[in-house]
Amino acid sequence: MADEAMEPGGGGVTKKFLYVNRKAPYGTIYALESLEVVLIGAAFEQDVSMVFADDGVYELKKGQDTTDSNMKNFSPTYRALEMYDVEKLYVEKESMDARGLTPDDLVVPVEVKTAAELGEIMEEQDVILSF
Amino acid sequence: MLLHTINKSPLVNNALSTCLRMAKDGSGILFIEDGVYGALTGTEITAVVEEAMKTKKVYALEPDVKARGVQDRVIKGVQLVDYSGFVDLTTEYDKVESWL
Repeated sequence: MADEAMEPGGGGVTKKFLYVNRKAPYGTIYALESLEVVLIGAAFEQDVSMVFADDGVYELKKGQDTTDSNMKNFSPTYRALEMYDVEKLYVEKESMDARGLTPDDLVVPVEVKTAAELGEIMEEQDVILSF
Repeated sequence: MLLHTINKSPLVNNALSTCLRMAKDGSGILFIEDGVYGALTGTEITAVVEEAMKTKKVYALEPDVKARGVQDRVIKGVQLVDYSGFVDLTTEYDKVESWL
């Protein structure tokens, strides 16, 4: 079965991948690295979801302007995810509320889920990667 | 007086909390890097920072605020400084404590 999956067109094996993002952008490299892993993995046409919780919700904040910093603004790249069929982007309600953020503050459409709902989603996954 | 710098988000790290237990009235608190999330309205720690602002001068590094897209919600009264302003602060205060 694994051999079939490695052939062109795949063997039809699809797994549910969840990426958990809990770090603010720019202060550490986790947010950018996670996004890059998702984009690389998307080439393998798996069933990908992303969760943003704690300071990870800030990765999606609108209005990032790095012109005075020596850093690349990678927030537009989150808008490219839907071109790779990565559309299940979840933000934790509790984290958003703690930061006074609403979905209107974010660069992409997201689904707001409670922690309990995210727990259910996590149990449904085959592979979970945390950043 | 001391200039305290905070470079971690107080929403997920206790450096600010410990700093504020120790910081004397009249000292300065400068938020840099992810620490700038401590200078914003509408968060669960806004009240703590506003309380600290009554007795200490609070600053935030503007390039780090802008990079994170949170220039739309800086607490009124927090002084934004650029890199050269950062240098000026380090000479204006007697010494610096960097909370990591």
